[in-house]
Amino acid sequence: MKYIDEFNDPDLARRLLDEIHATATHPWALMEVCGGQTHSIIRHGIDQLLPEQVELIHGPGCPVCVTPLDVIDQALEIASRQGVIFCSFGDMLRVPGSDRDLFRVKGEGGDVRVVYSPLDALELARRNPDREVVFFAIGFETTAPANAMAVHQARRLGLTNFSLLVSHVRVPPAIEAIMTSPVCRVQGFLAAGHVCSVMGTAEYPQLAERFGVPLVVTGFEPLDILEGIRRAVRQLERGEHRVENAYARAVREAGNPAALRMIEEVFEVTDRNWRGIGRIPLSGWRLAKAFRAYDAEHRFDVGGIRTEEPAECRSGEVLQGLIKPTECAAFGTTCTPRTPLGATMVSSEGACAAYYLYRRMNGPTPQATRATREEMNPVA
Amino acid sequence: MCLAVPGKVVAIDGSADPLTGLIDFGGVQKQACLEYVPDVRVGEYVIVHVGFALQRLDEESALASLKLFEELGLLEEEFGDAWEQAAQEDGTSAASERENSGSEAR
Repeated sequence: MKYIDEFNDPDLARRLLDEIHATATHPWALMEVCGGQTHSIIRHGIDQLLPEQVELIHGPGCPVCVTPLDVIDQALEIASRQGVIFCSFGDMLRVPGSDRDLFRVKGEGGDVRVVYSPLDALELARRNPDREVVFFAIGFETTAPANAMAVHQARRLGLTNFSLLVSHVRVPPAIEAIMTSPVCRVQGFLAAGHVCSVMGTAEYPQLAERFGVPLVVTGFEPLDILEGIRRAVRQLERGEHRVENAYARAVREAGNPAALRMIEEVFEVTDRNWRGIGRIPLSGWRLAKAFRAYDAEHRFDVGGIRTEEPAECRSGEVLQGLIKPTECAAFGTTCTPRTPLGATMVSSEGACAAYYLYRRMNGPTPQATRATREEMNPVA
Repeated sequence: MCLAVPGKVVAIDGSADPLTGLIDFGGVQKQACLEYVPDVRVGEYVIVHVGFALQRLDEESALASLKLFEELGLLEEEFGDAWEQAAQEDGTSAASERENSGSEAR
């Protein structure tokens, strides 16, 4: 416990860790579902401060990472077309498609724009009536209310030159897929706090009951994560499996009702492919019938694009918690943030990027220190 | 983009549709949609994700998060120049010239 001085409240961190150490008598494997949590864990070396019995497994909680290759290629195809302004969040720029990325498309003359919010893309559509403006609508439940509002507003304003390339994913079906895998080792979950800020916790009790796992809603600051782990371990040691909210300052049981109403109006549940994992039933959203006219996949007829993922990339196993990034032969050799094989290496929330960034090059090191920007982009 | 950042509501434009406010994220100010927290008031703190306030947050928690985010460079990641970052990751611009000159050091 000698490396916790950098925590924002080292005394509280120490107390939480003491209790986790005192409580854990059996080996337990917990999965954190949020990419922000993964980075916080690796950045602060939380996994190394835990007792040996408590293992953290990194889950599929990075929306950039799980966006399927097909959809990236659809995005690249649309972004390359004349007359299109393709809008995306910045962290999608370097996610590799089958032969290039959005950054490259921009270099080749495509009009790719980075926006902070989907409403910025909507504003571009309003100002450029002679151009088709397409927004790359990826993300989990946290992002869905924003994207839903954008398309809702587009219809209200009568904009006909705005559409979404939708690849929304939902957490609960992913938890179900992980728990029903024959190689699953997960015994408890740190549920993603900001997903629950929107969705609340109603979907989780049935998962806790069905799979006999504690689900602790957790934030992503170091103390939030320690508290989530403390509660999950306490439940496991007592033989309990309940939903607990360890992030009450940002999560209400009912979520955000206004946001939920908007999601329900604009989207409908559908099956989705997850990059590296495959098809998970009912694990995503697509535009509901009333909003189908705003679906870029149909408007640009790119639904037929199907692409094979590179065989040497094991990001699917990383995303399912089956291997740690360092167990992949390509990690840090043929696959680096500058030459990523998979999105887990390029996304700022990806597990592989976290291991690379915080110098976990050959498995656990005594202290996680942050690589400099020059080391991340290795040119002297 | 997974990051949701706490910020203080410093102004609300009641005439905007959708409802919009100016949010201060530890010095960086940006507009955000307030439709999902419609009764929020100036001076309160909210969690903002991709330009949308999603929940209220108490001041103490918000300030602690912001301080931590700033120390960890997360605010720069969230609000910085994505193109510049992508260029650096790609090794283009001045960095690639240095690499091409054979000075790569891993």
